[in-house]
Amino acid sequence: MSGNQLEVSMYRYNPEQDKFPYMKKYKIDKPARDIMVLDLLHLLKEEDESISYRRSCREGVCGSDGMNINGKNGLACITPISSVLKKDKIELRPLPGLPVIRDLVVDMTEFYAQYEKIKPFLQNNTTAPEQERLQSPEDRDKLDGLYECILCACCSTSCPSFWWNPDKFVGPAALLQAYRFIADSRDLETVERLDELSDPFSVYRCHGIMNCVSVCPKGLNPNKAIGEIKSMLLKSKKNIITSDGTN
Amino acid sequence: MSNSILTNDIKTIEFDALIVGGGGSGMRASLELAKSGLKTAVVSKVFPTRSHTVSAQGGITCAIASADPNDDWRWHMYDTVKGADFIGDQDAIEYLCSEGPKAVFELEHMGLPFSRFENGRIYQRPFGGQSKDFGKGGQAARTCAAADRTGHALLHTLYQNNVKEGTNFLNEWFAVDIVKNSKDEVTGVIAFSIESGEVAYLKAQATVMATGGAGRIYASTTNALINTGDGLAMALRAGFPAQDMEMWQFHPTGIYGAGSLVTEGCRGEGGYLINKDGERFMERYAPNVKDLAGRDVVARSMVLEILEGRGCGENGDHIFLKLDHLGADVLNSKLPGICELSRTFAHVDPIYEPIPVVPTCHYMMGGTPTNVNGQAFKRTNGNDSIISGLFAAGEAACVSVHGANRLGGNSLLDLVVFGRATGMHIQEELKSGGGVESSSNDDINASLERLNKLNESTSGHDTASVKRELQECMQNYFGVFRRGDFMEKGLNELSEIREKVNNLHLKDKSSAFNTSRVEAIELQNLFEVAEATAISAFERNESRGAHARDDFPDRDDENWLCHSFYDPVDKKVSKREVNFAPTKVDAFPPIVRTY
Repeated sequence: MSGNQLEVSMYRYNPEQDKFPYMKKYKIDKPARDIMVLDLLHLLKEEDESISYRRSCREGVCGSDGMNINGKNGLACITPISSVLKKDKIELRPLPGLPVIRDLVVDMTEFYAQYEKIKPFLQNNTTAPEQERLQSPEDRDKLDGLYECILCACCSTSCPSFWWNPDKFVGPAALLQAYRFIADSRDLETVERLDELSDPFSVYRCHGIMNCVSVCPKGLNPNKAIGEIKSMLLKSKKNIITSDGTN
Repeated sequence: MSNSILTNDIKTIEFDALIVGGGGSGMRASLELAKSGLKTAVVSKVFPTRSHTVSAQGGITCAIASADPNDDWRWHMYDTVKGADFIGDQDAIEYLCSEGPKAVFELEHMGLPFSRFENGRIYQRPFGGQSKDFGKGGQAARTCAAADRTGHALLHTLYQNNVKEGTNFLNEWFAVDIVKNSKDEVTGVIAFSIESGEVAYLKAQATVMATGGAGRIYASTTNALINTGDGLAMALRAGFPAQDMEMWQFHPTGIYGAGSLVTEGCRGEGGYLINKDGERFMERYAPNVKDLAGRDVVARSMVLEILEGRGCGENGDHIFLKLDHLGADVLNSKLPGICELSRTFAHVDPIYEPIPVVPTCHYMMGGTPTNVNGQAFKRTNGNDSIISGLFAAGEAACVSVHGANRLGGNSLLDLVVFGRATGMHIQEELKSGGGVESSSNDDINASLERLNKLNESTSGHDTASVKRELQECMQNYFGVFRRGDFMEKGLNELSEIREKVNNLHLKDKSSAFNTSRVEAIELQNLFEVAEATAISAFERNESRGAHARDDFPDRDDENWLCHSFYDPVDKKVSKREVNFAPTKVDAFPPIVRTY
């Protein structure tokens, strides 16, 4: 390969044409300046319009273009090629563990189903005041690091427990959101929420390997949120035991 | 060989109300409708939380009297009327500002994680063009914020509550064209599933275009790649009008080179713009409020600095936004998203260095004309006449609350206030027996034509290169400053581009997740919006708000204190009177607009 070219190896699969997925190699002139992986995809798509991927905001806030870049999940739009190139090569694959619809586009149905399962909305049955419900800045601070999730699925699809049990293990993204509502001083269903997570799979399939933390493009820490949920579950159990006086 | 799809080949899916677009206004409307029990669906070309509302940063402007207990929605109304350079409809602005607090408190009750003051109330920051006491009481702080991620927080909250209410979503379905019957009533849209390619007629008694803006008509824009004006373009192709299309807001602070938005909240928190000499030049252009003048005023001042040789950087082609004096604490707590974007896209850390910025296309003040109920209308014999079955809300609509220039923070308010109003009106209308007559098979076939033509194309032009041509043309001839002779050149170029856009070659004809098909149709949509923009801009022989003409530098209230009304059938622009009849306050008469 000449010194002024990049080699992009891309996962290709079109269900109407291909019996099996395959890796296709593209050569492209090195851009004059550092560009994002998404820009690289745009350039390739101009050459080969059959390439398919999702994208929207192109600035890391909509969560459309999560993909596996040289072995690590990330958002194409905020990943500079300089940060991932290895020997002028780059490998692009769809997010792992979910069914592939085409090329870099995965079917996120299971991911969204887990999100819906944790009831991702504020629950408070008290009559709302005429104005806003008050919340102290300290209580509001507890939501930082939680509400910013963009549902890109980079974390859940980097998690072996989620690959193994995508129907039963809630996964880091949805657990982060579960804790976002548990932590919200305005939400009154903490007990219910914890109860619904208390089975052996929903939370406890997390073994703390921290892949979610290392790939989150927003710098969030689902592992910490999961830890909080686990310790709340433990505490709530202890309370039940002591109040009953039984084992 | 013809593969034409006809009505009999496709499924009809029927709803009471169909909302096209899953952003802020669409999901606020759907929430209202889902709660009402009407059969409602949101059809969105992306999963709803990928919609462009997610990129809104600084906040939602509303007189909730938190930062200032004496704040008054009428002051907000005054600022909005003035910001609009007096061609915003005052009945609509009155509705926006007076209903606003209700809509914002509802969002809080739904769970939106607003930032807070010490007393627990919603945090509000100063934004441009805000005043107390009808411009006499100094700078107001009226923009409610969730750090600098207000749009993200708002969009996710709305999606979450739609999940709670069980709204139907047709996600990653792309609406192609409006279906209308022989009475010119709208009966739904033709759409296809991006995932499978399946085409369907989505039939509805009420169709709401909540498709957002079309900033991608310009080469340099803060807008998401998906902002291609689909709903407005569908309406134009169906022969329905557009209003105030020359009015495009150029945001003062798009990141130089990348286009990403840097919120006005940066200047609200105390940041300011400097030229290459380090001078805070807005002191010269807007001595009273400086960097917090209207966006049109600030953007023009920046371009003048650059044109007069005081731009920053090697090529002197941008301006610096200075934030470092605010300190790491303020930046990390109030503007964390901006710090992130600057590091990623400008390679600067605003804690230590200024951000290179340049005025960048940001917002479409024009759109499908509607009343405060979201009902779209056309003009018949000089009067507004409702288009049965067609509604619009949010950036796709022109109510008009933004007139010639939108104030920062007013777009999110527009989304929730008019999304809600549209939902409420449709409920009322359908429950009292309103609706539209069915379309015939021929009507539906007519709406399938464009898709069929593209699917049958065997030669023609390439989408990516024609799109680039279109964007360059709009950027060069219809940007921050405009001139008759340049625009004439631009119009000539556009008529050449029209030929190409009508003859695109879709090489990949496959069905599953074929984004090339989507992009080709999006380009056709962009073109409709661009053409309406260009013709309207050429017609308005004055400078007002965002529309700045070198050859007509002054505002001309005698001839142009009016909306421009673009008819896509004969491509002519007529004038429509501005509403000066609010019901709860006296109208604000036009004054000279200074900051």
